[in-house]
Amino acid sequence: MNKQTKLIISMALLVGFIIVIANSFYIVKETNQVIILQFGKPIGEAVTNPGLHIKLPFIRQATYFEKRWLEWNGDVNQIPTRDKKFIEIDTYARWRISDPLVFFQSVRDERGAQSRLDDIIDGETRNAIANYDLEEVVRSTNRVFEETEEAGVLTEREEVVTIETGRDNITEIILKASSIITPAIGIELKDVRIKRINYIEEVRQEVFGRMIAERQRIAAKYRSEGDGRSAEIRGEKERELKRIQSGAYKTAQEIKGKADAEATRIYRPAIDATDPGHESFQGKLAEALWEATPRPGSTGRSQA
Amino acid sequence: MTNGDFPKLDIKLPQLKPRTIKLIVIGLVVVVVLAGSFYQVNPEEVGVILRFGKYVRMSNPGLHLKIPGVEDLIKVPVARQLKLEFGFRTTSAGIQTQYAVTRETLEEAQMLTGDLNVAIVEWIVQYKIKDPYNYLFKLRDAETTFRYMNEAVVRKFVGDNSVDEIITVGRARIALEVKEELQRLCDLYEIGLQVDQLIFQDVNPPDPVKPSFNEVNESVQEKETKINQAWSEYNQEIPKAEGEANQSIQAAEGYAMERINNAEGDATRFMAIYREYVRAPLVTRKRLYLEAIAEILPKISKKIFIDEKLQNVLPLLNLGEEVKK
Repeated sequence: MNKQTKLIISMALLVGFIIVIANSFYIVKETNQVIILQFGKPIGEAVTNPGLHIKLPFIRQATYFEKRWLEWNGDVNQIPTRDKKFIEIDTYARWRISDPLVFFQSVRDERGAQSRLDDIIDGETRNAIANYDLEEVVRSTNRVFEETEEAGVLTEREEVVTIETGRDNITEIILKASSIITPAIGIELKDVRIKRINYIEEVRQEVFGRMIAERQRIAAKYRSEGDGRSAEIRGEKERELKRIQSGAYKTAQEIKGKADAEATRIYRPAIDATDPGHESFQGKLAEALWEATPRPGSTGRSQA
Repeated sequence: MTNGDFPKLDIKLPQLKPRTIKLIVIGLVVVVVLAGSFYQVNPEEVGVILRFGKYVRMSNPGLHLKIPGVEDLIKVPVARQLKLEFGFRTTSAGIQTQYAVTRETLEEAQMLTGDLNVAIVEWIVQYKIKDPYNYLFKLRDAETTFRYMNEAVVRKFVGDNSVDEIITVGRARIALEVKEELQRLCDLYEIGLQVDQLIFQDVNPPDPVKPSFNEVNESVQEKETKINQAWSEYNQEIPKAEGEANQSIQAAEGYAMERINNAEGDATRFMAIYREYVRAPLVTRKRLYLEAIAEILPKISKKIFIDEKLQNVLPLLNLGEEVKK
């Protein structure tokens, strides 16, 4: 062996040693959990505490899984509610790999898990939604709507539906039903929620039609209210006018009548003094006289 | 550069002494190590240090040291205000900010109301990373999750309100309720986020329905206009009628006064004449008669006197011709 071969051998040994050392350690990240496989067979419990760990090199392999909560986003599902209304429902869920070993054995990886979750949660969502009326799915509480001025116009409001279960509880039901199944694939579900609910396109058009009709009813109501109120005001005005005009006429006639009576009373003594019977020429003359006497505003002959 | 330069360079390199090469290598290693050891955390950030993937400490803004190759740094912008938009996207922010509404964003915004109507609700949420540890290590893809949470919570509350409340009176209240529920959910998910503000932007009925909502507003205006018009007619005519009424009453009073005064005057005058008449009845009677006749005759245009003692064919004295002249 010459010097050069010695060097090569020692170099190779060093490299081999480094590789072996490197393969004996594995790093578990804060976000990971690891199971150790020996020729594909899981060895021991899952390693969940982060940091540097030792294993047998080459024989045993570290397989990494997510430790964090993961998202699951369901497809948009068309489901009929119990009252036969077709809706599109979109759910999401939080899940995590609670048992990496079972998880690995049953679904292998996240892709497999997502598709299993699709089956489980979508199925349970279908079951749950089909058992309830649309209102139960949309509403969570029996909160009484605040009466806005406009809503108040709609007199024939549909009777208030009493929510017995509500959205929150329905999602709770979906979560519970799904959670019975998921441990079998090493998954823990934290939360299932309804992200979106929409009418399917055809129903949506119907609903729009209903909303339009509702608004038109409100508008018509306002318009006729305007007509009614203005007619009322006009009537009030007519009444006032008649009251004022007739009142004035009445007062004026009363005043005039009183004055006429007073004038007659004043004339009488003068006529009586000369001719109590009004028969004589003298009397007629007297009459003719004061009729002929020019007086402002009188209807005497002088002005005829 | 000429070809002649290359051989020179080739010759020069081997000329470096092994000592110099050693120094350069050591120098490079030192630089790399130092560069890997120091790190800077900006004012709005927090540095999270992992040793072999395990969380060990957090560092505040400033210059810090870590073990190179062993410790890793993740910077988390905790002080930065983050924002998500729902129902629209800002395409270019600026003085004239531009927004885009696509089919996808419309689906985000379209939701069912408690009275089973449809409303389009656009909102933004402002949030911060409150807990970098939870943010990084408790949940993967916090932003997507946060989006889902927003959609679910907003829909939950919209589903408990009527369309009228959502569009008008309820907006601020619902936004507040959503914000609180969202924060509660953030804590439940240990997502490490803090919801600062949730603001409803445009809250509208769906486009096909919008014109009928406008019609309602118009009809309210119409109603007001009609009522105002009626009142204005009222206010125009009633005071006028009142004035006219007063006028006729005043006129009647004037008439009454005149009537009484005239009567009194006439009566007094007559009594005065009568007193004289009683003293000399014959003379006064004749005089009165003549006065009266004198007054009456000129006013009559056609006067026919008939004298019963005259035996003519036409026993008449024609005075009319005279008057005509």
